[in-house]
Amino acid sequence: MPQLTCQDLTLGYEGKPVVSGLSFTVSAGDYLCIVGENGSGKTTLMKTLLRLKTPISGKIVMGDGLKPNDIGYLPQQTAAQKDFPASVREVVLSGCLNRRGWRPYYNRAEKRRAEMQMERLGILGLSRRCYRELSGGQQQRVLLARALCAAGKILLLDEPAAGLDPASTADMYKIIQALNAGGVTVMMISHDIPSALAYASHILHIGSPLVFGTVSEYAARLSGGEGGTAE
Amino acid sequence: MTLLEYFQKDYVINATVVGILIALCSALLGVTLVLKRFSFIGDGLSHVAFGAIAIAAALKITSDFLVVLPVTVVCAVLLLRTGQNAKIKGDAAIAMISVGTLAVGYLIMNLFAKSANLSGDVCATLFGSFSILTLTDTEVWLCAVLSVLVVAVFLLFYHKIFAVTFDEDFAAATGNRAKVYNLILAVTIAVVIVVAMNLVGSLLISALVIFPALSAMRVFKSFRDVTVCSVILSVTCAALGIVLSIVCGTPVGATIVSVDIAGFFLFSAAGIVLRRVKA
Repeated sequence: MPQLTCQDLTLGYEGKPVVSGLSFTVSAGDYLCIVGENGSGKTTLMKTLLRLKTPISGKIVMGDGLKPNDIGYLPQQTAAQKDFPASVREVVLSGCLNRRGWRPYYNRAEKRRAEMQMERLGILGLSRRCYRELSGGQQQRVLLARALCAAGKILLLDEPAAGLDPASTADMYKIIQALNAGGVTVMMISHDIPSALAYASHILHIGSPLVFGTVSEYAARLSGGEGGTAE
Repeated sequence: MTLLEYFQKDYVINATVVGILIALCSALLGVTLVLKRFSFIGDGLSHVAFGAIAIAAALKITSDFLVVLPVTVVCAVLLLRTGQNAKIKGDAAIAMISVGTLAVGYLIMNLFAKSANLSGDVCATLFGSFSILTLTDTEVWLCAVLSVLVVAVFLLFYHKIFAVTFDEDFAAATGNRAKVYNLILAVTIAVVIVVAMNLVGSLLISALVIFPALSAMRVFKSFRDVTVCSVILSVTCAALGIVLSIVCGTPVGATIVSVDIAGFFLFSAAGIVLRRVKA
């Protein structure tokens, strides 16, 4: 049974549809890349999956024991975060907030969880460092560790390689691939179609044409010349 | 009179206690407000409170606190809730409310003024130069109780406040009640501002909110260290400012803010030196 099933979704702002007729499924262990031009509705889809927005019509069904809080999220960085005084540990630990309810402080298990995720991403040594002084790639690792603290089953990544240099980009893709190999379902918005084809198991192309399928199906369609919208 | 003799007078003790409590509360919340890009909310809300005081005076309500607090809380909630999806963006909304309520408040004061010394009244409300020295015991107790509440809320919600300040979308997306925490934050801020108006008046509240936080950010690098430093700095500056204002006979609010400004330059210099030493 798939973890996520989206049936005939129509998404948009204030009743104005941006994308309609969206249907796809995500199963445990999948690596789905969501591609499409700017303004095609990729970010809207992500916000809907995170329940920050409600769809205009259609249904999102969760299965395979997935609960709404099992989705971790790697947002694009905001301008405010660039000069935010916070230690790496504070940021990662804030991912554990959803396990805590009204309890005012983190317990030992949550602190341990944060440490484990930092270790997993190789940033345990940076734990006392200031977030704003890290390199772009290190900052992404910190936010990824925070997302893993919040939820371990599905990760939603919003252009994780945006603004990174080529070496850090390759590094980031390697980390994501390792997490996916470790059993985490990955859904990623990307502009980088060659990398999407190289790493992903499934592709969702939003816009025209609306395509959902495995990478080989998608590649076949691209080379077949139908709607060759590769950027 | 020597300084010691001054500090035996009730009104000086009252002023000092209230001053230090307000400095503490405003510095606690200041860090969050500056980081959320709401530095001007103190200014906006204090003008709202000014307008509310004018209305209370016109309606001849004696304890204007009962009018001022609810009105300010409502405006704080509206301002902080609008966030990023609003038709009128945060800074414009604050500017609109700030200027609008100031003008309407002054207009009402003019139309319904009882006292002959209108400009004196306005000046006192805006700059708080006299009110802090005429505090009643009830006001001091009220201020103390509200301050304890603010500190308690901040300590209980410390990590939640950090989460919605650093990344509100992430907090909401991973199943936290970000809206509730923002609401709590807005109410707390409104309370602090209404209380703070007694000390420094409408115009200088922003200074109390932003200077300690910005100073602490020059030197410290984690949210916890910045918050702690900002509180200590703010309380020190307030105490120093009150003593200076007694010694020199200067207005209390303006003196405290001047000390805060001096503190900012001191910390900026310290930050530069620290970075040089490291590099």
